[in-house]
Amino acid sequence: MHELGIVVHITKTLKGIAKENQLKEIASVSLELGEVSGVIPEILTDCWNYYRKKFPLIEEAELKFETLPAVTYCEDCEKTYPTVQYGKKCPHCGSDHTYLIAGNECNIKEIEAC
Amino acid sequence: MDSMRIIEVKQSIFADNDEDANKLRSRLKEQKTFLLNMMSSPGSGKTTTLVRTINALSDRLRIGVMEADIDSDVDAWTIAEKTSAKTIQLHTGGMCHLDADMTRQGLKELGTEEIDLAVLENVGNLVCPAEFDTGASKNVMILSVPEGHDKPLKYPLIFTVCDALIINKIDVLPYFDFDMDLVREYAKRRNPKLKIFPICAKTGEGMEAWCDWLYQEVMEWNK
Ligand SMILES: Nc1nc2c(ncn2[C@@H]2O[C@H](COP(=O)(O)OP(=O)(O)O)[C@@H](O)[C@H]2O)c(=O)[nH]1
Ligand SMILES: [Mg+2]
Ligand SMILES: [Zn+2]
Repeated sequence: MHELGIVVHITKTLKGIAKENQLKEIASVSLELGEVSGVIPEILTDCWNYYRKKFPLIEEAELKFETLPAVTYCEDCEKTYPTVQYGKKCPHCGSDHTYLIAGNECNIKEIEAC
Repeated sequence: MDSMRIIEVKQSIFADNDEDANKLRSRLKEQKTFLLNMMSSPGSGKTTTLVRTINALSDRLRIGVMEADIDSDVDAWTIAEKTSAKTIQLHTGGMCHLDADMTRQGLKELGTEEIDLAVLENVGNLVCPAEFDTGASKNVMILSVPEGHDKPLKYPLIFTVCDALIINKIDVLPYFDFDMDLVREYAKRRNPKLKIFPICAKTGEGMEAWCDWLYQEVMEWNK
């Protein structure tokens, strides 16, 4: 369900960009998704394929994905580590005073358009 | 036929919503209407807390409520029956959160001219509403004791976007291993400025401190 909301927002942003750059047609949209953004590319693609048909601007646009790694920072030993592998507990010192510093992204990187 | 070119965008998909939200916030400021966004898991006690809050403040503030439960209007009826606040039901069309544009439409339906405090009971969920700024003046989250004191570790984002944290259902503290000091520590670590109010919405315990804070914030915003 979250994915449908995201598709609506991507479309809004694209409309703005199209207006600014006088674009008529978008061929592809490249997204950057953080590993722990919680967005599931397959579901997003399904929502996209349903929603894009409503707008000539994006009717033919393909969604492309790039994954950004998730990184967690440890407050106790001040080191970072890969979140997906180790989760909440710091593999360097065993502390759970840790927080995510990257991996939550959900960005539009670039589009291909004319 | 023009040829295709690559246009670099490099923008969070939430950027357009953030812009809508900031516009709405400044409009509300001009109109002297304070918008409170209430977020929590389902069943934490948003509706119960809201009923008490309205009844404590309704002689001093003109209050309106927007209910955004996914597919029922039970909460809107509860508010209408138990308080004198003007209440409308918003339909999110199956969406897991409200965005700034939907909030703006809801406020239009509610009518903000005669309202000092508008409350949005957001969809019960700790993830999506936190990502979408609604344009609220202040955000409050309700965490109830049965949910556990480790929620700030599991859902850090919502704790960073909130101004106040209500810890509800303190009447059941004896039955759970909920650690009040730990939850304060975890939450403050995410957000050092967070105001924390332990309450029992069922009996009204602790409501005064919360209502005083809210009243002060509304007066400050609307002055
Ligand atoms: N024991 C206890 N139950 C509460 C309290 N506040 C709310 N509840 C109960 O929790 C359930 C969910 O409350 P509700 O206000 O509908 O939660 P919402 O889904 O967040 O709006 C209801 O059965 C309430 O009666 C409280 O302080 N103590
Ligand atoms: Mg409710
Ligand atoms: Zn460490």
